[in-house]
Amino acid sequence: MLAAETGSIAFPILTALILTPFIGSLVIALLPKSRPEFPKMVALVMSVATAAMSIWLMASFETADAGFQFVSMHTWIDAWGISWHLGVDGISLFLVVLTGILFPLAIVAVDAHHDEKAYLAWLLMLQAGVMGSFLSLDLFMFFVFFEIVLVPMYFLIAGWGYEKRVYAATKFFLYTMFGSAFMLVGLIATVVIAARDIGYTTFDLTIIAEEAEFAASTGRWLFFAFAIAFAVKVPIFPLHTWLPDAHTQAPTAGSVVLAGVMLKLGTYGLLRFGVYLFPEASYWSRNLWLTLAVIGIIYGAIAATMQKDLKRLVAYSSVAHLGFIVLGTFAFTSQSMSGGVIQSVNHGVSTGALFLFVGWIYERRKTRQIAELNGLQKVAPIFAAGFMVVMLSSVGVPGLNGFVGEFLILVGSFTTARWWTVVAATGVILAALYLLWAYQRVFHGEPDDDNKSFPELKVKEGLVLLPFLGLIVFMGVYPKPVLDRIEPSIDALITRVEDNTSYVQPEPTIDLVHSDESGEEDE
Amino acid sequence: MIAVIEPTWYLLLAALLFGIGAFGLLVRRNPLIMFMCIELMLNAANLTFVALATQLGDINGQTAVFFVMVVAAAEVVVGLGIIVSILRRRPGATADDLAELKG
Amino acid sequence: MADLVWLIPAFPLAGFLLILVFGRRLGDPKAGWLATAMVFASFVVSVSVYFDLLGREEDERETVVTLFSWVPLGSLQVDLAFLADPLSVAMCLFVTFIAGLIHMFAIGYMHGDAKFSKFFLYLNLFVFSMTLLVLGENLLVTFLGWEGVGTCSYLLIAFWHTRESAATAGKKAFITNRVGDWGFMLAMFLAFGAVGSLSYSAINEAAEVGALAASTASAIAILLLVGAVGKSAQLPLYIWLPDAMEGPTPVSALIHAATMVTGGVFLLTRVNPIIAASYDWVPTTIAWIGAITALFAATIALAQNDIKKVLAYSTVSQIGYMMLAVGTGGYVAAIFHMVTHAAFKALLFLGAGSVIHGMNDEQDMRKMGALRKFMPITAGTFIVGWLAIAGVPPFSGFWSKDEVLLFALADSTLLYVVGIVTAVLTAFYMTRQVIMVFFGEARWTSLANDDEAPEVAEGEEPVETHHAHGEFKPHESPAIMWIPLVVLAGLAALAGILNVPELFGIPSNSSYKLEEWLHPVIEFGEADISGTWAYDNKYILVGIAVAAVAIGAALGWLVYLRKQIKPWEPSLFANGWYYDSAISWFMGNPGREGFQAVADFDATIVDGAVTGTAVAVKTTAGEVRKGQTGYVRQYAGVIGIGVVLLLGWFVVIRGIL
Repeated sequence: MLAAETGSIAFPILTALILTPFIGSLVIALLPKSRPEFPKMVALVMSVATAAMSIWLMASFETADAGFQFVSMHTWIDAWGISWHLGVDGISLFLVVLTGILFPLAIVAVDAHHDEKAYLAWLLMLQAGVMGSFLSLDLFMFFVFFEIVLVPMYFLIAGWGYEKRVYAATKFFLYTMFGSAFMLVGLIATVVIAARDIGYTTFDLTIIAEEAEFAASTGRWLFFAFAIAFAVKVPIFPLHTWLPDAHTQAPTAGSVVLAGVMLKLGTYGLLRFGVYLFPEASYWSRNLWLTLAVIGIIYGAIAATMQKDLKRLVAYSSVAHLGFIVLGTFAFTSQSMSGGVIQSVNHGVSTGALFLFVGWIYERRKTRQIAELNGLQKVAPIFAAGFMVVMLSSVGVPGLNGFVGEFLILVGSFTTARWWTVVAATGVILAALYLLWAYQRVFHGEPDDDNKSFPELKVKEGLVLLPFLGLIVFMGVYPKPVLDRIEPSIDALITRVEDNTSYVQPEPTIDLVHSDESGEEDE
Repeated sequence: MIAVIEPTWYLLLAALLFGIGAFGLLVRRNPLIMFMCIELMLNAANLTFVALATQLGDINGQTAVFFVMVVAAAEVVVGLGIIVSILRRRPGATADDLAELKG
Repeated sequence: MADLVWLIPAFPLAGFLLILVFGRRLGDPKAGWLATAMVFASFVVSVSVYFDLLGREEDERETVVTLFSWVPLGSLQVDLAFLADPLSVAMCLFVTFIAGLIHMFAIGYMHGDAKFSKFFLYLNLFVFSMTLLVLGENLLVTFLGWEGVGTCSYLLIAFWHTRESAATAGKKAFITNRVGDWGFMLAMFLAFGAVGSLSYSAINEAAEVGALAASTASAIAILLLVGAVGKSAQLPLYIWLPDAMEGPTPVSALIHAATMVTGGVFLLTRVNPIIAASYDWVPTTIAWIGAITALFAATIALAQNDIKKVLAYSTVSQIGYMMLAVGTGGYVAAIFHMVTHAAFKALLFLGAGSVIHGMNDEQDMRKMGALRKFMPITAGTFIVGWLAIAGVPPFSGFWSKDEVLLFALADSTLLYVVGIVTAVLTAFYMTRQVIMVFFGEARWTSLANDDEAPEVAEGEEPVETHHAHGEFKPHESPAIMWIPLVVLAGLAALAGILNVPELFGIPSNSSYKLEEWLHPVIEFGEADISGTWAYDNKYILVGIAVAAVAIGAALGWLVYLRKQIKPWEPSLFANGWYYDSAISWFMGNPGREGFQAVADFDATIVDGAVTGTAVAVKTTAGEVRKGQTGYVRQYAGVIGIGVVLLLGWFVVIRGIL
């Protein structure tokens, strides 16, 4: 499967997607302090441009093509085979789009309380890093971008976060870096071992995947090296404890982006670098990941129930939701893996919106403690209604986006991982439990004096919320266009797993389409 | 009958000088004295180099001596400068007093 | 004509969207009329679809209308499609009609409420979801409607959300339903894995031709039963329904009597081939769950003092009858009872609503009495409802309950006995209710100046004092509220025509109309009871049933009107056999502590490992740095020792010298 060139697009859109926010970040950093309104303008222009480009990318994407599209390839360090190699396929397309649109919305939704210039510069740098991670097809460049993402996030949390921000930022940074250290070793080892096979040194993902053969045990070690880094990022139980602190202490835009796209670096990495590079190892270790995923679903939900801080509750809910995605990824059926990809997008939308709401609550009431909030629906019904829709999406009510991914994951996983799925499905009960209980404590009931003057949803906030709500409803009612684009790449991935292992994707046991029985054929 | 001075004696002398220097370095506290002991050790090494160069017939030993002398000289310049400026601030300071760089 | 079946959900959805945008502008009562109009429009479409299907041959009464591809992925191709067949059309007819009447009633009932439009917003959304549930061509569309009604139920129960009890009740309903949904979802996964499709046609066909293994069919059936038990409030998941009475009474009437709670029974009827293809213990389980729930709830109902709680437990009990019918293969009987129950239960609830409205929001029956003089229409219609539910011939409930009991006896005598005992209790507690509310002395005057709550029996909750005191006089409700009552009363009286048996000289071409209509849908699963003792001795069964009603009603009359026997309302019954409180206690104490333990475990042990690592590194670094003493002589000494060791290694081990 060589990288496919699509059309005669001369414009290097993928490179532009990375460079636009990066240049924006530099421009903002260099702007003079004398004009305080400029940084916001530049940030908006650049991030909206990135969003527009990503939407154009989605529109021009070839639906039935399973390979990489819009490929951009420039050699960099020839001696080691490092190149600027970008490409997008069904797995990364929607993550790129999500990254594109989430950032301008996050920028508009909440203002920085101080030092806006630096705040926006870091945000845009973060966007560039995330884009690069999703688009890189060169192992070295991927690692660079993966690490680049850490620095702006650290500064955002430490500089603009809440009470325990420095602790949370440091913990996040060191913990993620700890995982990445393993990945670095694994990466270099992969390249070296592959070089023996191929004959020359290259960091190119597609070349290594297609042409290098890893012995089973070698592949497993290498896989785990990569997997540890991604397991920290997703996060998979028990490597998840950085997440509650990081999410809670991060400023609103930081949380939105962290939950929306940065966690998906982990799930994306598992697919792109775990399963794609090491299909045998990922299949061989699947029981471990399935088990950890299911534990994460239940454990995250239970822990979420007992949280006293609203933001921390949402953070733990992310652990639970990402558990579903990991479950789907390692069940290796078309439905479950595609469900995992679409759920990555859906979770980004719903949980991003949830964090926006929590951030707005904090702006108004200066507290995130559930015990101090009550009766908000009475004084701010529109706010409550918006929160309700987003909450129901997170719970996984059919008709909204959260259900589609969850259902696909579970229905797909059931065929290959039956009892894990049975346990994981109880997660739907628990999700309702912690979310509705939190909603009741915060929104239902009579508001006390502190909460009586809670302002209603502002126009600006409502406008930011509209795309989220629109996506929540649209992706729930008509997910077909998204699924159609994800499926070919996932099917190619599964074929790769089937080719390298004894696994065969199960078919249903009865095939009535070709049955000759004279049942009623409805028109 | 005059005994021939064996190269071994030089080596022994060098060893003796080195030992005195080492011992002095470890025992004495006055920075200047410690410095002199270091010089003594360096010169003992020089002597060893020369003796062995003669014994083995290899000129490289003598070139090594040049290197050592140059380095010793440079080191003395810098080291003495540091010690003198420290002693000017803290007259009567010993090596044990100068422990600011502890972990 | 049947192609227009998609309009049935479309009208209430349009109503929802219109009210969403224009609701506040329309206000009270226009928003209500809009909503009502939409629901009746759905009814009209249902009628036209019905006639379309009626005009066809029996085995062609099926139309599938596909709107678009919903979740297409590989071998899973699920469309948003509607299936218009006898069962779904029958459901649509009574759902939309009764929903329309309740909408009308609600215009009067909710008049003056600040959130009038919002109420109808949710009601229309509910009708939309219910029609989706019923018209779904596959399990997933049904599930979409299933969860939709669950969500609307949550929103409507907690409608007066500033009341903590209402908010809690709404949350409880949703979460308990979710437990059932877990079962439903697993059933869907199994079905897909076995058949490769979620369409009813595919699944049922697989079951009918024997392509579905009995174990798989049983698993699917049991899991769907779990879902049904949650949605239809049977043991052990009924606990949300009594609390759901916190919602406004039209909600109780619509959702918790006539429509949503019947969803579980509908689902099981829809997949009757699967139940037929499973092991024998599966339908037996269904039947027994239904029977025991019916009896259990009836015992609780006779000790309740809140007018709505009696009806709530009564609903649980009556749905138990429907489950019993399903489990004994009497699907037609189940649907028949569902229709009659919808009519008379909605009537009873709306009547209760009318009473509450007329009593200024008083709900405690101990503070009512003699209301027939002040609210004649309400009383009259309520009495019709009473006669129907008790099973007095020729009212509808008699015919449907008789069918259910017929199938019960054909299956097992014990089931029949449970059914009859429940029938006695039903007559008893309904008579009790009618007497306490409409007959006897007017107790709201004697408690007039008493602001304290009446003496509370042990274990009961104290009653909230309401506004029924002082110079108060109950009043009849406005026309907009009693017209639906009258219509429903007519239905409750006459709905028996749907499925009268060949008794009492009724000609065979007007009997069993419903069975004839539903035949193509349930023929595979319907039990054949011709030739059983029960079937041959129908007149005896009728006699026993009438006797049971008479006994129950007479007992009620003697205890509560003539006061000749002391009332027996043990606190065990009044407190629901302590089942609900046990669950609440468990969730609040060991449950909560368990959850807290997990959260603490995460904060201390899992996170502790991380912080522990950091502490370990810090401590080690602290120890190691002590080696840097700053003493030059020590450093020199260490260098010296190092040199010696190095030399020693070279000399001794490497053999230099």
